[in-house]
Formats: sequence, C-alpha cells, structure tokens
Amino acid sequence: MPSRVLERSIKVPLFIACLVPAGLLAWRAYHQDLGANPIEFITHATGDWTLRLLAITLAISPLRRLLRMPSLIRYRRMLGLFAFFYGCLHFTTYLWLDKFFDFHEIVKDVYKRPFITAGFLAFISMIPLALTSTAGWIRRLGGRRWQALHRLIYLSAIAGVVHYYWLVKSDVRKPLMYAAIVLVLLTERLVSSFRKSAARRILGQAASPVKS
Amino acid sequence: MLVKRGADLRYSDITPKQTYFNRRRFLAAVPMAGAALFTSRARAAAKLAAVKGPFSTDEKPTPLIDVETYNNFYEFGTGKDEPSKNAGKLQTSPWSIKVEGAVSKPRTFDLGEAMKLAPLEERIYRHRCVEAWSIVVPWIGFSLNNLIKAVEPTAKAKYVAFQSVYDSKHMLSPREAGIEFPYVEGLRMDEAMHPLALLCFGMYGQVLPNQDGAPVRMVLPWKYGFKSIKSIVKIKFVEKEPPTTWNLANSHEYGFYSNVNPTVDHPRWSQATERRLGEFGKRKTLMFNGYADQVASLYNGMDLRKYY
Repeated sequence: MPSRVLERSIKVPLFIACLVPAGLLAWRAYHQDLGANPIEFITHATGDWTLRLLAITLAISPLRRLLRMPSLIRYRRMLGLFAFFYGCLHFTTYLWLDKFFDFHEIVKDVYKRPFITAGFLAFISMIPLALTSTAGWIRRLGGRRWQALHRLIYLSAIAGVVHYYWLVKSDVRKPLMYAAIVLVLLTERLVSSFRKSAARRILGQAASPVKS
Repeated sequence: MLVKRGADLRYSDITPKQTYFNRRRFLAAVPMAGAALFTSRARAAAKLAAVKGPFSTDEKPTPLIDVETYNNFYEFGTGKDEPSKNAGKLQTSPWSIKVEGAVSKPRTFDLGEAMKLAPLEERIYRHRCVEAWSIVVPWIGFSLNNLIKAVEPTAKAKYVAFQSVYDSKHMLSPREAGIEFPYVEGLRMDEAMHPLALLCFGMYGQVLPNQDGAPVRMVLPWKYGFKSIKSIVKIKFVEKEPPTTWNLANSHEYGFYSNVNPTVDHPRWSQATERRLGEFGKRKTLMFNGYADQVASLYNGMDLRKYY
C-alpha cells in the first residue's frame, strides 16, 4: 500500500525531528553549554517547545481544511504526545531542579502565584488526553465523547499562553506572538464550525420544499 | 619541443596579480582571524588598578564569564544573553556625568575627573537579583558619598535621582522592552551617603564591560539588582522621592526601596531563597542580602512590608 509507505516515510523523520530539541538540550547540558543559569535555560527551552508543539498540534485540523489534506490527521496524535512529552520535561524541571520536591513550597506556589497556577492547569489538562490517546480509548469512549474530551487541548493551550504572559516581567512580545497564533488557530475552528452549521441550515431549507 | 611548450603558456594561464595578492592576504588573514577569535573571547579589557576596600565578603566570586554573559540590561535586549551581544554599540568614550539639582556646586564631570574623586577600591559584594538569582562580584569603585560631598548638597536635597544613558538608535524602544527609557533610579539621601553605596567603574580588575553598565554604575548590595543603575549620565539632588523605572512599570511588584527581604515575597515568586549562579541547589536569602549589620538602622521604625 503506497499510502502506508508514505505515512511511514513522514512519521519516522517527524518523530526524530520532534526529538531534536530534547537531544540538543541534552548535548548542550553534557558539554556544559547551557549558560550561566542552566536550570533556567532548561526550564525555558522545555516550556517553549511545549507551547510550540501544542500550537503545531492545534494547527493540524485547520491545515487539513485549508490544504484539503485530511490525511494529516495521521500525524496529530504523535505531535500531541510530543507536546505532552516536553510538558513533562518542563514540569519535572520545576519539580526537581527548581523546587527539589519541596511539596509544601510547591502547593504554596500553585495556590499563591497565578502564573504557576496557569501553568499547572495547562499541564494537568494534557494528562487525560495523553492517557486516552490510543485507538482502544477512542473505541471505549466513542468518537463523539472522545472528541469532546480532547477539546481540553484548547484549555491547555490558552492556559499555557497565559502562564507565559504572566511570567515575563515586561517584554511581552514573545508571549503575545504565541497568543496570536493560538487565537488564529482557535478562531479558524469557530469560523469553520459556524460555516458547517450554516451550510447544514441552508441545505435543510433547500431540501424541505423538494420534499413537500 | 621545449620551446613550443613554453610558447603554450599564455597570459591567461598566469595567475592574475590580483588573485595572487588576494591569496597572500588570505593566507596572512588566517592566523589573524584565529587571533581575533581568541582575543574576542579573552576580551582584552583595560586593566583598572585598585586597593582592597572595606565590606568585602570572603565568598568565592562568580566566574567572570557568567557575570558578563548573564545580564539584565533591557536597553540592549530583554533576554539574559542579549546585552553581551548588543552592548558593544554603546559608545563609552567620551563620557560625562552631569550632577545638578539641590547642590551648591553643580558640575559636569568627565569620566576621568569622576574616577579621581577618591582612591579606587576593590570590594567583593554579594549581588541579589529580584528574580531570585545571585552572584558575587569584585567591583571597583569608591563610595558614592565622595562624589556627593564634592558637589555640596543643600538642605533641600532629600533624595538622589539617577539617569541612565539612552540612545534610541542602538537600544530597544520602551514599547519593545515594556519599560520606560531612559532608565531612572533613586535613593534617599541617607542611603546614598551610606559607605556601602558604591559608585562603580570596574570589576574583576578591569573596566566595566558595556553589558555590565560601563563606564560608570551604582552598586547597592543590600538592594535588589535593578536598583543598581547602569551607565549613568545624570545625577540630580531633589526634594521629593523621584520616580524609578520598575516602580513606574509595575508599582505593585517593585517598590522604591526594594531592599532584599526574604520575608516579603514578590507577587510572582518567593524571595525566601535564591540560586547562586554556578551552584546546583538553592540557598537561603539573607535579610538586606547579608548587610543588615551595616544598613538595617537606615530603616528603623519603617514597615518594610509597606515600603518594599
């Protein structure tokens, strides 16, 4: 089957490409090339890649419509799982290298500091999505319910952007760039679903006089 | 045959003179490029001699490479690595500092004059950023009060206002950085007169690198780093508390005093601990960054939660 071969020939390089940022980070860490504040460097790099991969995952559905390439759906799960992977690295960095598993301090942080609260929310809302990412879970939940659950990614992306925006002290250019991208990707969904329902209505109206 | 062969060699076969010279120049340039690479790394900064001053900590100074590549100098970029890449455009010579306001002897010092106001001392201070990281730096300078005495403040001088250089051609715009420029800072008169308050011209035995606030900056070791204004062009003595840049940007998070205080958290992070650059774990932050014995009396009777 040529389409299988094509899928493979894209999936494998894509998988490797998604690992490159982590590999590069590990390589630089090994060569002690993470700058004066390595833990901050790792935190920022993993956070950045979580947001980037969330945005790329969110871009799949709009791109399928825009390019008329429904087959792009085959790569979405992998991208989403990589977003979760970088989210886990980011969260682990915070938990281990920043807070040294001081849970008292962490609870206080999550409770008292809005930017941590937002980041925490963004992270935990990815967990059920990663857990139910298998074909088995789609079957068990049913397509409709599974899809409804997986809309949690919208919350994760928005909370992630807010987390970044609240974190920076004054130069909000980068967080605003992420916000704009996520906004475009979510707005496209609204527009497309509005169009679909409008089309259904018009079709419905056109159909009724024929029937009568 | 031989002759014929010689005739075969046409002008076009001869290496053009230009190429030949270029090749020579290229060959000559190779070791030069290597040397340039080396010196840009080692950055042969001008040496600055100083005697050992008071108040030095015996803690180990942070490696110079960290202090000159991990900077907050928003005029040259808001990323920590950006000032060291961009601050080379700052023209630090000639340089003058205008001293004005409530003083009997207002005066503009050129840098050389200012540096001769008192003997240069090396002082190894702890330096604590509001972002919860810290460094130990051997600064070179002398107490600001030497300059203050030289201009004779009048009774109206209750505060000192500082202003950084601003050059819109080579620096971020306030819109990009998210804070107002030129950068301004201030001290109460008794704080400014305190011997710990250092007017600083160098570090690590050399003149200040641009990204660390060349050619002249303040160092206030008991306050968060942003109070230690860089690249000063103006000092004004005033009657009322002067505006300060970070306070203007976000008064809820950055107060006028901004003394290092582990018991008063920044709204977005705890100030109880800090990461000393080069260390893996975190260490406890000390009241007034460990300078309480020297400066606590300046704030007797003040509610430090209110005047953060």
